Amino acid sequence: MLSRIAESLFWIGRYVERADGTARILDVHLERLNHLPTEERDNVARELLAVMGARPEGDEFGLEELLHALAYDKQSATSIAGSLGAARENARRARETVSSGLWESLNTTYYGLNQHRKDVVGTYRYCHWVLERTAMVSGLADTTVSHDDSWLFLALGRSLERADMTARMLSTRDVLSAGMSWVNMLRCAGAYESFLRTRRAAFGDQHAAEFLLLDRLFPRSIVYALRDADECLAKLDPSAQRVGFINDARRIVGQARTFLEFHRTDDLMSELPEHMERVQKAVSQASDAISRKYFNQADELAWVGEVS
Amino acid sequence: MSDLFQDYSEAAERTGAYDEMFAPGQEARKSYGQVAGALRELSLTDVTARADSMARTFLDRGVTFDFAGEERPFPLDIVPRVIPADEWTVLEKGVAQRVRALEAFLNDVYDKMTVVADGVIPRQLVTTSAHFHRQVHGFEPAGGVRVHISGIDVVRDAAGTFRVLEDNVRVPSGVSYVLENRRAMAKGLPEAFGQQLIRPVEEYPRRLLSALRKTAPSGVDDPTVVVLTPGVFNSAYFEHTLLAGLMGVELVEGRDLICRGNRVYMRTTAGEQRVDVIYKRIDDDFLDPLQFRADSMLGCPGLVNAARAGGVTIANAVGNGVADDKLVYSYVPDLIRYYLNEEPVIANVDTFRLEEKEAREHVLDRLDELVVKPVDGSGGKGLVIGPDASKDELEALRKRVIADPRGWIAQPVLQLSTVPTLSGDKFGPRHVDLRPFAVNDGDDVWVLPGGLTRVALKEGSLIVNSSQGGGSKDTWVLSDSPQVPVELLPRPSITVRERVSVWPVESNWRDRQTEQQQ
Repeated sequence: MLSRIAESLFWIGRYVERADGTARILDVHLERLNHLPTEERDNVARELLAVMGARPEGDEFGLEELLHALAYDKQSATSIAGSLGAARENARRARETVSSGLWESLNTTYYGLNQHRKDVVGTYRYCHWVLERTAMVSGLADTTVSHDDSWLFLALGRSLERADMTARMLSTRDVLSAGMSWVNMLRCAGAYESFLRTRRAAFGDQHAAEFLLLDRLFPRSIVYALRDADECLAKLDPSAQRVGFINDARRIVGQARTFLEFHRTDDLMSELPEHMERVQKAVSQASDAISRKYFNQADELAWVGEVS
Repeated sequence: MSDLFQDYSEAAERTGAYDEMFAPGQEARKSYGQVAGALRELSLTDVTARADSMARTFLDRGVTFDFAGEERPFPLDIVPRVIPADEWTVLEKGVAQRVRALEAFLNDVYDKMTVVADGVIPRQLVTTSAHFHRQVHGFEPAGGVRVHISGIDVVRDAAGTFRVLEDNVRVPSGVSYVLENRRAMAKGLPEAFGQQLIRPVEEYPRRLLSALRKTAPSGVDDPTVVVLTPGVFNSAYFEHTLLAGLMGVELVEGRDLICRGNRVYMRTTAGEQRVDVIYKRIDDDFLDPLQFRADSMLGCPGLVNAARAGGVTIANAVGNGVADDKLVYSYVPDLIRYYLNEEPVIANVDTFRLEEKEAREHVLDRLDELVVKPVDGSGGKGLVIGPDASKDELEALRKRVIADPRGWIAQPVLQLSTVPTLSGDKFGPRHVDLRPFAVNDGDDVWVLPGGLTRVALKEGSLIVNSSQGGGSKDTWVLSDSPQVPVELLPRPSITVRERVSVWPVESNWRDRQTEQQQ
């Protein structure tokens, strides 16, 4: 398939997952933020934004600005609206490749972005609406796009972004002075019920962290997401089946995953922020490696027109 | 007839135009019987709700055109334009005839120019056309076809006679709306479809792909076809994606292509892949910075040389614009007689050639009664409708015509035929034109039954272009007998193993009834 289209599909996967992850995190954090005194709230809001990879503009930064930055800012690749807009723009460029069902759901989602009240109460509804829409987009991608290269690029973007989002979420544990409870952390990942069923009620912090980091069956755990990414990469490049050269992206993803899998949970927990930082870095490096390998096939052809 | 048509007949008669649905003072024409019946059952609330739903569907599906950087849904009116079978037979024949003549003409002007030698058309006229490209002179295009896709605009005059208004053999657009309008109408006015046979339009992408494959460079057995778009900011981007999608081929931008050794390749995730046929949706001027505009980033350097060397087929061929020139248009009836030895099936609109002294003097005296058009304009740009123009505008026009008589033609103001169109709380007569699309595969010219009916949504307006507030209507060609679908492409030679059913069908069915209990 065309390199340019592959790139668009990869980014559709990433942006849709980013909107989904951001909506989950914002939803849960809003509840907490509402309970805090104003001064503390502003600090927490700032820190949450930093965890999501953005810096506040200007000195005034409170709840309202946080909502704008994470939910409604159409210009920003960090916000839900920005991500969904970017996903839709990528789909528009790859429209003949994505299924019409997938395109239409992204398009109607984009037009629906403005139909929400931008206060705290409205944002709860907005987050839930976003979760429904992204679930629909993912579902349509899985059921209406052939699972050939085009879907693999989509799924690859999705799983890398998912590993990244879970890592960011786990970083908030220490950063937020307010102290997120593990229950809330699990809820951010939509993992609370799954976790309860797996571990019953007898659990502590360590078990919850383990679940989100290492569970091999829960789809939003980091190890699960990295394994998904690795499988997509293996299918996209079936040439290196046995010994020999494995491409950069697979090496980076595989290293990140085995590092987590073969570390003692105690050690991971004691240095959680550093490890989560490492996951985020690996995702970004893998993303670069994929783009070098698949998206820039030939050298850019330079053409300098005559000046007439 | 319900209230929605109250006063319609009087309004239609006032326009002095031919009304497609109602003959003066009468019930609906026979071809409109079922449409009239369906509309009669609807209240204003019904009609408005349906129109809104159709517009909403277009926006959701992204059936839009780009207007000043904004994506707008192309307005689709709920009343279709119906063409009876016998009228269509004439139109189809006339359009195909025109395409054959233009094909012959283009082959001739880029080769021996016998048409000039035989005195049918002045050499000067051909060589001064802005779209006559010497770059492609003397070369037979790969695949042997120049006009693969054409859109011949026809209108009906006050007497009800069809006339050709212009030929589009460069990059005719609009066919996507023909396909989308039909889909939308099937949902918007299903009652009108029931009893009559309406010729299907969805065959178009298969016909197009088949023609593109058939005209591939020689020696290529299984050609790779692509659609070349300028990108998402082009006003017809939606159409490019739709056609590529429906043909199942890649939609490429110039930067996806590379030319090397007079072959064209596209950059894919598995390396470079050869491209054999390019359905270009970019103007010639932007196609290849080596040949045309050096500052264009839309095309790909080397394309024209590759096409000249027969390494790639470009559809439509580079240089076709000379046949679109409105001054050349005025000679098309002569070209039909010259190349085909036939009489034109559809007449031209009477046209004054302003470079002829006598005609020019006549026209300059009557500017306020005529339509004056630039010969290389499109989209209604630069056109001046005399009766609607101010004194200053006419004076400015006069100066421009005198300065460049080759650049203009003049035609009488045609009262284009009207079709009822929803406007506010009732139907009003609105002027329409029609663009039938033809696909030429070298052996055969196939005309898509119907075409794009554009409608001027503003009362009294004669300008139907979407960029100037026009909308469209679904065009229904009625048929006396059901059409048999044709197989156009060879089936791929993949052997699919017969599937052996493991479960007896019946027991399977019974299982479903009880599965929940188990």
